[in-house]
Order: sequence, then structure tokens, then C-alpha cells
Amino acid sequence: MPLVNGGKIAGDSFVKLAVDTPLPEGGDILVPAERFIGEADALLKRAGKVGVIWPNNRDIAELVPYLGKIAVVALVFPTFRDGRAYSQARLLRERYNYRGELRATGQVLRDQFVFMLRAGFDSFDVKKQADAEAFMQTAKRYSVFYQPTGDGRITALHRRMQLRHSEGVGT
Amino acid sequence: MYAYDEIDRTLVNERVSEFRDQVRRRLSGELTEDEFKILRLQNGVYLQLHAYMFRVAIPYGTLATNQLRALAHVARKYDRGYGHFTTRQNIQFNWIKLAELPDALEDLAKVGIHAMQTSGNNMRNVTSDQWAGVAPGEIEDPRIWSELIRQHTTLHPEFSFLPRKFKIAITASDHDRAAIKIHDIGLRLIKNEKGETGFEVLVGGGLGRTPFIAKTIKHFVHGRDILSYIEAILRVYNQYGRRDNIYKARIKILVHELGIEKFSREVEEEWQHIRNSSLQIDDEVIEDIRSRFSYPPYEKLPHMPDELRQAAADPDFEAWRKNSVSPHKNQGYAIVTISLKPIGAPPGDATAEQMDALADLADKYSFGEIRVGHEQNLALPHVAKRHLPALWKALDKLGLATPNVNLITDIIACPGLDYCSLANARSIPIAQELTRRFANHELANLIGRLHINISGCINACGHHHVGHIGILGVEKNGEEVYQITIGGRADENAVLGNLIGPGVKFDEVADVVEDIVEAYLALRERPEELFMDTVKRLGVEPFKERVYATR
Repeated sequence: MPLVNGGKIAGDSFVKLAVDTPLPEGGDILVPAERFIGEADALLKRAGKVGVIWPNNRDIAELVPYLGKIAVVALVFPTFRDGRAYSQARLLRERYNYRGELRATGQVLRDQFVFMLRAGFDSFDVKKQADAEAFMQTAKRYSVFYQPTGDGRITALHRRMQLRHSEGVGT
Repeated sequence: MYAYDEIDRTLVNERVSEFRDQVRRRLSGELTEDEFKILRLQNGVYLQLHAYMFRVAIPYGTLATNQLRALAHVARKYDRGYGHFTTRQNIQFNWIKLAELPDALEDLAKVGIHAMQTSGNNMRNVTSDQWAGVAPGEIEDPRIWSELIRQHTTLHPEFSFLPRKFKIAITASDHDRAAIKIHDIGLRLIKNEKGETGFEVLVGGGLGRTPFIAKTIKHFVHGRDILSYIEAILRVYNQYGRRDNIYKARIKILVHELGIEKFSREVEEEWQHIRNSSLQIDDEVIEDIRSRFSYPPYEKLPHMPDELRQAAADPDFEAWRKNSVSPHKNQGYAIVTISLKPIGAPPGDATAEQMDALADLADKYSFGEIRVGHEQNLALPHVAKRHLPALWKALDKLGLATPNVNLITDIIACPGLDYCSLANARSIPIAQELTRRFANHELANLIGRLHINISGCINACGHHHVGHIGILGVEKNGEEVYQITIGGRADENAVLGNLIGPGVKFDEVADVVEDIVEAYLALRERPEELFMDTVKRLGVEPFKERVYATR
């Protein structure tokens, strides 16, 4: 599964660890939530970055004490029909001010890219090569957005207000 | 009318091109049917028994004449020359070809019509009172808020993959024509003691397998906070709504399982985090939306024009006027309901020719505006009373002047087994037979207001739970069996109907309904006591005794 990061297909420095895989000496690791919460101190002391894979049915607020110390939060879409991770993503970005990498994993298809970008994801474990290659093009598919989210894109309502005011200046 | 601006048009066009790409990928095999299914549903495309069905949104039931003509064009060019108006202010086309869908959407986009989120597990078309803006006594036009919410719910980045579908309806009148109590969120527009606009918010209504009447979650949410409050409800639902069982996934089940108190505490807590965010709406934004709704330049006209006085001598005109014409907030004008329930025909269907002709009549007599109501009828919202006789003649020629609005033959029915792949039983033929049984206008008039609602399966698209008489078709040992309820209603006093007795076979349904009506005529205290009131006063038992005595 190709990883899209910074808008491009990129290499992934993170190695996924299972619950019981022995901890490697160095290198970047992605750890399941359960193991991360259990061994957080030990994991964060070692050399190499640490990321956590957080399931979509576990309260994301549990992660708040660690957000300044982890490099990646990977949220999960078990199927693309299951949209719980969109709420978790927005909470991480907009309520808990998480600024590290926010990765979408699971059944990630091109038709979700715009929604995911708007919810605050910035890296994508894309399921199909063709979708990963079409990332940039797909991400630009929409230029109008009706809802304010943490991504800072201007909403239609506010764009109208700006137009109104700029027209007002001329008359 | 609401006029789309360049921003709205751009979004609709971007959606069309996205869907075109999705169809292309499906046809080339890049997308599996399982993947495509969700994507097409988000754009109103179902796979039915015989073909794809295409459901187009008519937000809050308001149509301009060029939009109605575009729907006629789609019916003619891409379908079999007709369309079917639904119980949620949508129109469905039943014979569309997948490869042609992007073109049909593009044709509709030219007049600001789309099919976004008319199906799928997302926020559906926002519905409202079909008399919005013209009903006497209305607090204010609920379509301003409907449009605000329509925009906010369109392609929402957080709530496009909910546990299940999510429907919002808004009313601003004491009499609820939008059936808000059977919606996931029902909004009743009210004013607080300072005269500020806000909403009583109801949550957790819905029909289907487990019907619930919505409960009030908050008595007053200020208009400026309505988007953040809705967002809070949805965020709680998105995280905690059940995803393990499709029949338990609606918000009504979550509200029921948590209890309204606990659910409302969760929402309140979430709301406190987001109410002072950019979701807060200032007056200027509301004014901007309001400014893009146009209202007709009404004239000062007499309450009782000569034309109307003269036409009153014609009993056929009077029969139609009494049932189809309703008071308007402006003197000299009327709201005209157009029955899509001719005797012997499927409820809610209109041909392309009828749609085109109706658009012409709306241009001539209703300032170019048409409304669609959840009862599967249309309305012309601004007709000068002096034009009523001429309008009636024209409608009659088109087969659109059946004088049965709100009478027993004004039936709500889902497409049923004739079209729908979910159905277990036929609905349309039951409706057709019932309209024949009660075709005599004198008889229907004698019975008075009586709504029959028919669903061909437990999903309840025909709203059978809230019909005065509700008919539900199920399958039992390979046979169609119909369960009949009485006493339901969908208005401000919404209540679910009660089963009157054991299920009956297809051929017996019309007989049972006739017996129920006969029982009512015998049991009512006086002619003015409506069916609903008799059932309320006496309960189901006396009806059951009379109907099942000989069965």
C-alpha cells in the first residue's frame, strides 16, 4: 500500500509493531494503542520516533497527554463506510491541537481524499496504486466548501461576505 | 425562490464531474461494485428490481419553472416519460441507464438541481413545509434556515459516512406539514421572549422497523447556534451510533438506548466545546441567504373576486376548490394543491407532459413557482383567487384536478414490489384498488379527512405507521400479507397507529378498509367528527369488533 505524504507518494520510515513484537533497538515505530498506553514510558525513551495506531472505537482523549511526544497518529477506516475516524481526526486537530503527522489507514480510496484533508489528515496509506498516483489531482477536485473545519479553507458563507464587502467598497 | 450564485453552481458542477469520474471507473472495472455502491448511493442512485433508480433532491420542496422543465426533460430523454414524487420532497426516475447518469446530472446542474445525498448513510435532503413563506400565521419563512442547513450538510467532511441515513425537517407553523416528529432531527422554528428566532430541537424520530416519535432534546436553541447544535448531535451520533446492525443504526435507537437525558447531556457537553466557534452564524450571513430568496410582487386584490363568485355555481369547480384551495397569507391569493392521485393511478407520478404544462401554468398563475409536499402532491403557492376558475379548467384538461386532496383517495404509497428490490409486497396496486373503491366523490367527501399510507415492506417509505389507516405489506410463507393499523398521524400531534387485527391477504385489503370506513361512519358522533377523532375517542376495539366480526 503506497503512502502519500506531503501530497506525494513517499517512503515510510515507520515499522508497524504488533502487540507482542520485540522492540527494535532503533528506527521509527508504529505501535497499536493498547501497547502504546501500556508501555508509553519505555517506548518514548528509546531512539527513533514513535507513532500510535488508534482504533476508531476508543476515546481519542486518552491520547492527549502524549500528543507532544509522538510523531504519528494513525487512525483507522476498517471499511470506508465507517466514518468514526473523521470525528477523531477533527478532535485531534481542532480541540487538542495535535500538529504531528495524522495518517489515514485502512480502506483509503481516492473518493475520501477531500473529506480526509478537510478533517485534518495529512498522510494516507492508500489502498490502490492508481488512487495514490491520482492524489494531487483528486485533492483539487473541489474549490467550494460549505463547512468550516480546522483546515482553514474559507467557507462559501464567508467568501460571500467578503465579496459583499469588497463590492461595498467600490460603490 | 432561492437563486444559486456562482459559488453554489461551482460546487454542483464539481460534484457532477466527480460522479462522472466515479461512473467511468466503475464501467472500466477500476471500482468494484461494493465500492461503487456507496459512492452512487451518495448521489441518489439505487439499483432496483429492473434498473437503476435515480433520486433527485428538491430541497425544502421549492421548484422554479425552469427546474420543473428540466425534470420533465430528464424524464423524457433518459427515462420513460414520467417521474415519481416521494414523501421526502424528492423525485425519482425508475428506468435510468448508468452510463447516461452523468449527462442527466449535468443537464439538471444547469438549473441548480442535484442529487447529492438523496440516499446513503449521510445527511439527506433537508425538507420543510411545502407552504413555507405563504402559510397564514407562519412565524417566518423556514426555507432561509433550511437553505443554511442544506449548505452546511452538503458534502460534510465529518458526517458523510454515518452509521445510517440522517434526515432533518423544519417547520415554522403551528400546524406541522413537514412531519418533523418522524425525522432524525426535527426543528420547530419559534421566537424567544426577546423576539429572537430559534428552534425547539427534537431528535430520534423515525419509522422503519422500530418506529419512534421524536423527543424534544432542547426547548430553545438560538438561531445563531443552530449549526453548532446540529453538529454536536451528529458528532455524538457518529461516534456512538451502532454500526454492528443496520436495523439498530439510526439515531432513534441510540437515543432510545441511552435515554433522552443521557443523550442530551452528551450533546450538551460536546456543544459547549464548539458553540463559540466559526459555526456561530451572524445576522449578516442570514441576511445574505434571505436576500437570495425572492418573493412575488403581490397586488392588492379583493378577498372575493367576481370570477370566484360566478364559478361557485359550478358544482365541479366547487368540489375541487373546497379540497384543493387553501388560505394564503396575502389577501386575494390562495395556495392551490395539485393532486397527483388520480383515481386508478399510482400515487405521486407525473408525466413529462404534465410537468411541462404545469410549469407553464405556474409561470402564468403562480409567479413561476411550484412546491412539492411530503404527501406526494404538488402545489402552486401564489395564485390570485380571480384566476382560480381558469386554473382549474387548465388543470382538469391535464388530469391534475382530481378533487381529493386530504380525502381517502389521497393515498401515500411507496413504489413497493413493482419497482423496489427491498419490497416484500405490492403497494401501488393496493392504492389503485382503494382509489377505485372510493372513486365516488360524494362518498369520499362524506367520509372527510382520512389519510391512508401504504408501505410494501418494513422500511416504511410509505409512512404506514403514521397513516390514519396504515397498511404494511409483508411476506409470509411466500405470500403477500398486509397488516393494518389505525389512528396514526404525522403532524404536530404525531402518534403511531395501532394494529387492528390479524394480517389479511392482498385481495382482502380493500374490503377491510371499506369495513373500517363503514365502522367509522356508524361510530362517529356527528359528521364533523373526523376519522382520527373517532379513533382517539373510542380506541381500536370497537373498530376491531366490527371489522373482524365476520372474518
